[in-house]
Amino acid sequence: MIESPLTRVLLRVATWLVLAFIYVPLAVIVLYSFNASRTLNWPIDELTLKWWGKAIDNPGVRDALWTSVKAGLGATLIALVLGTLASLAVSRYDFFGRNTISFLLLLPIALPGIVTGMALNATFNTAGITLGLFTVIVGHATFCIVLVYNNALARLRRTSRTFEEASSDLGADTWQTFRRVTLPQLASAMLAGCLLAFALSFDEVIVTTFTIGADQTLPIWILANLARPNQLPIVNVVAVAVIVLSVIPVWLATKLSAETTAPGTVAREVVEP
Amino acid sequence: MSTSTPGLPVPRRSVGRRLSAYLFRHRWLQLGGLLAGPIGWLAIAYLGSLVVLFLASFWRLDTFSGKVVHEYGLQNYEELVTNPVYRTITLRTVGMAAAVTVACAAIAFPIAYYMARLATPRVRRALIIAVLMPLWASYLVKVYAWQILFQEGGMIDWALSPIGLRSPFEISGTAEWKQYAALWITFVYLWLPYMILPIYAGLERIQPSLLEASSDLGGRAGTTFRRVVLPLVFPAVVAGSIFTFSLTLGDYIAPQLVSSTQFIGNVVYANVGVANNLPFAAAYATVPVLIMTIYLLGAKRAGAFEHV
Repeated sequence: MIESPLTRVLLRVATWLVLAFIYVPLAVIVLYSFNASRTLNWPIDELTLKWWGKAIDNPGVRDALWTSVKAGLGATLIALVLGTLASLAVSRYDFFGRNTISFLLLLPIALPGIVTGMALNATFNTAGITLGLFTVIVGHATFCIVLVYNNALARLRRTSRTFEEASSDLGADTWQTFRRVTLPQLASAMLAGCLLAFALSFDEVIVTTFTIGADQTLPIWILANLARPNQLPIVNVVAVAVIVLSVIPVWLATKLSAETTAPGTVAREVVEP
Repeated sequence: MSTSTPGLPVPRRSVGRRLSAYLFRHRWLQLGGLLAGPIGWLAIAYLGSLVVLFLASFWRLDTFSGKVVHEYGLQNYEELVTNPVYRTITLRTVGMAAAVTVACAAIAFPIAYYMARLATPRVRRALIIAVLMPLWASYLVKVYAWQILFQEGGMIDWALSPIGLRSPFEISGTAEWKQYAALWITFVYLWLPYMILPIYAGLERIQPSLLEASSDLGGRAGTTFRRVVLPLVFPAVVAGSIFTFSLTLGDYIAPQLVSSTQFIGNVVYANVGVANNLPFAAAYATVPVLIMTIYLLGAKRAGAFEHV
């Protein structure tokens, strides 16, 4: 099938329009973070760096940033261990129910956020666990596992099992084979998965609102301060900072691992195994 | 010792090595060790929580003491079905999720097609990254960006005023459809990359030889597209739609920030926070689970059906 010249032009125009649709709102937010005025009217009259300085000095913002980093690191660490273990099991073993593992791991992000959030909230409340950083980490880890799993599994499927077999034939035990053969091949995919997990945890809102109690992560700080007009200039700055801090890990992840894609690829595996 | 080949080191019979050898002979034990962590975590932290959620949905709130009474009954579900307020909210949420999914698929298709079939490898790589990055850029900030754009005196008002039009979008106000329109755009914006990437992947996997075969057999471009490309890419669209549908179904931040209407998520959140009615919130949260279960079963069937 050869697309007609008209079709080609139309598709090209559509592509540019979609890209504009995706990027204009992000550009607008970046511009507003330099807006000298306290209102959100367009067009912007004057640009300033004042609010960036104020945001950096704001103790509430600093606390929230620190909480976000701790939650992200905690969730990523758990996701790294559990996701890697699951990917090794699924790629290197044959067992009953293997196809359900992907499905089970995907469930926490495939089901609506309020379900995951509400389920965890009901459990913590009923069990008498106080909501705070710990409960946030549990919640985030649950939906981050699939990101490490997805990356590691894709890598394991591309690398041949014969290297591992050769290693045991040459006398290496299970641990040596894992440390010297499997891990070096897998490491960059694991790191890419970790970066994605951190990025997802860093800007998650819905599950967080159900599990955080009185603490504040950076997105929760934004949510709480949106209703305060005199805080808006600082909110704009924090908003841009959150975009940058969640996009940089993802950008690094795409450099590290060719398998890095959207969560949608896992869904395809579930839909068409 | 005497049996070993000279020159080759004899492996030490350490504990680790013996354990390793034992595991090698018992593969199911290795497998169990690998799976215990992830499955245990999901079973306890996630599936266990879902069970608690389900059980809690049958409890009730004692209106006098404000405490949750652990007695089982159907009163929460009865309220959800009989009260017209909740019926409307459920329908509104599902309707919005469907409208968002359709729009995402329609907008995603051309760019995905361009990426998969027309773009040069370099442009394709750049486009994938260009679509992937915003998917990860903070969700909350993206909603907030649209709140700014839709505001009175905001960018959309400013862009439309020279041509004498009034903005068809409203964040709060009397015209409900203007709020729906604003929310619809916001949702489409939020979930669009989730649709573009699977469709792109689906289109990319179509063998060019199939399309050539269709042309050779006399299929014109339109026919080939309708009878070869669309059926082959349909499972990918379904895969993308799982995300657009599910994410809309469970969202309450966007309705809160760019409209003043209530969706399922808003009611759930209000009942956990302000009203402190955990059982009712739990009952309403099971509604999206039910809808998504039906949707996922349908999706699985759609994917499987295409592969017969």
